[in-house]
Amino acid sequence: MNPISFVTQMIRIAIPYLFAASGGVIAERSGIVSLTLEGFMLSGAFAAVLGTSYTGSPWVGVLCGIIGGLIFAMIHAVATIRYRADQVVVGVAINLLAIGVTRFFLKLFFASSSNSPRVAGFGGNIRANGFDNPLLWIGILVAPAVTFMFYHTPFGLRIRAAGEHPDAAESVGVSVKRVRYIAVALSGMLAALGGVYLALDQHQFTDQMTAGRGFIAISAVIFGRWDPVRAAGACLLFAAAETLQIQLQGSHAIASQFIEMIPYVLTIIALAGVVGRAVPPAALGKAEA
Amino acid sequence: MSASVASGRQLTFSAKPWREHLEEALFPPLVALLVALICGDLLILSYGQSPAAVYRLLLEGTWGNAYGFGQVLYKATTLAFTGLAVSYGLRAGLFNIGGESQLAAGGFAAALAGLALPVGAPLVIALPLCMIAAGAAGGVVGAVPGYLRTRFGAHEVITTIMLNFVVLALLNWFIAGHLHVPETLHTPEIHAGVLPRLADIDSRFHGSAANLALVVAIVVAVAVWFYLFHARGGYELRAVGLQPDAAEYGGISVGRVWMRAMTWSGVIAGVGGINYVLGYKHYYEDGFASGAGFLGIAVALVGRNHPIGVLVAAFFFATLSQGGLAIHAFVPKQMMDVLQGVVIIAVAMSVPEVTRVLRGAHRRSDA
Repeated sequence: MNPISFVTQMIRIAIPYLFAASGGVIAERSGIVSLTLEGFMLSGAFAAVLGTSYTGSPWVGVLCGIIGGLIFAMIHAVATIRYRADQVVVGVAINLLAIGVTRFFLKLFFASSSNSPRVAGFGGNIRANGFDNPLLWIGILVAPAVTFMFYHTPFGLRIRAAGEHPDAAESVGVSVKRVRYIAVALSGMLAALGGVYLALDQHQFTDQMTAGRGFIAISAVIFGRWDPVRAAGACLLFAAAETLQIQLQGSHAIASQFIEMIPYVLTIIALAGVVGRAVPPAALGKAEA
Repeated sequence: MSASVASGRQLTFSAKPWREHLEEALFPPLVALLVALICGDLLILSYGQSPAAVYRLLLEGTWGNAYGFGQVLYKATTLAFTGLAVSYGLRAGLFNIGGESQLAAGGFAAALAGLALPVGAPLVIALPLCMIAAGAAGGVVGAVPGYLRTRFGAHEVITTIMLNFVVLALLNWFIAGHLHVPETLHTPEIHAGVLPRLADIDSRFHGSAANLALVVAIVVAVAVWFYLFHARGGYELRAVGLQPDAAEYGGISVGRVWMRAMTWSGVIAGVGGINYVLGYKHYYEDGFASGAGFLGIAVALVGRNHPIGVLVAAFFFATLSQGGLAIHAFVPKQMMDVLQGVVIIAVAMSVPEVTRVLRGAHRRSDA
């Protein structure tokens, strides 16, 4: 196995996770459950392909993808923050809604129930191995940027306060609702970028193309104990397992199904606290009074 | 323990008259239906069709003929099981999102039991054995998050989701690697424990998949209703769901109730596997449970966690799904996927709002 090809493939696989997990960390640390990442990614992927196919420019696609994720994020935010709907229920519904909406519009715009036609994308130089894609570099930089925002800006402090001690935050004049609206919006846009990367990398949208990646991102958030850097580490770890599976294909050393399980099993172990307990933000999932 | 529970039993949870209960239960689904109708109009118009004509087609294709109605009943059966499973957990304050894998594991176990039994074993023996196998498999999958919650405090929302992926991958490994008929992803056909279809009883249902699992679903719903509202265990379960700390103080072992609730929730979802495996295809196929577990959450929500409401809601969501096929020639059936999501979000949003408005109104009228 060539170590360089291993690392480059691992990074390419990790990029959607890195985007979505960063979004998940932001939303969850502000107190809003992020079961929605899958739906945000899917809507971002579809909107990106729609925008690219109508204009021919992948950058317009990126913008459309971000807007697509933002729309779904705002539905989630209004339902859970303004109307105090159950975050888990709405999260599940957002995922179903994203599957439904993308399927319906796939039929409406591209007259297909499985995939869109081929669209433009970034890079494409074979020798660059995917590293001439600007989105890939943005994806690598997202985790450090979120870390900086979290621990070195007033807004990061407010997000953490909203998720740990919303009453204390309110008492010093922070509008918890506003902070959470912004956090959910950010998580929607970031997760959507993960979907955008996926779709433009494959040059098309296919039905349910995110295929559970949003849930792997949630695993990474939890396994990374709600910290942006550790979550990014978890993303790389899960991507490494997947790369291993792909590169070992044909050798039948381990059945692929058991490699698929790794992120989920690790998350359960982390939650059960066998090796260092994963403790969620105190106000996670609780509607603000 | 028994004294405090026995005395508590005399009190109902609230002294509200039943009319207020009914209003609180019925308004959110009605609001959601209205919102869904409007969204449906917009989607139909975006396709250049007439909403009235499409809605008429939808009703004719689902409730208007015996075949369509049979298909609705078949789809409603699986949703009733997963919906009852979710609502049973929610009554104990637990969110079982693992319906997907519990249903799949149940169907898998039912198929294994059906394969193991001798060909032509009488239904009165084969059916209970297959159901016990299905329930046990679902129960095991449900018990794991229950144990993780009581023993380690790991939140069941996440662990059930994660277990979905683990269990489905495991089942996929069994099927793809060991048990399948070549070129397919399903087991060989079973010849024991096969449920009669409604079409065998009334020939007008000919061709539809509805089968006697429907009767099992109704029996389970009645059993859940009786247990929740007329048995001591059910009282404890609801007490824990409303106020775990108070229940613990009142002498109820919250951990044991949670453990039991998650296990039985898994059992109910697991038994649902018989609808597809024993009633329809007569084999287990990879992915048959896809989506039914998540829709069970919607069914429990719209049915307001009451067994009777769950049956009605299962019928409603089954109608949407079958209705998609009925209108597909004019508007893509994917419209129904959108409407399902809309209904769930609308109900979830209107529940706290309706409760607040109604309580405010009653308080004012009392004053």
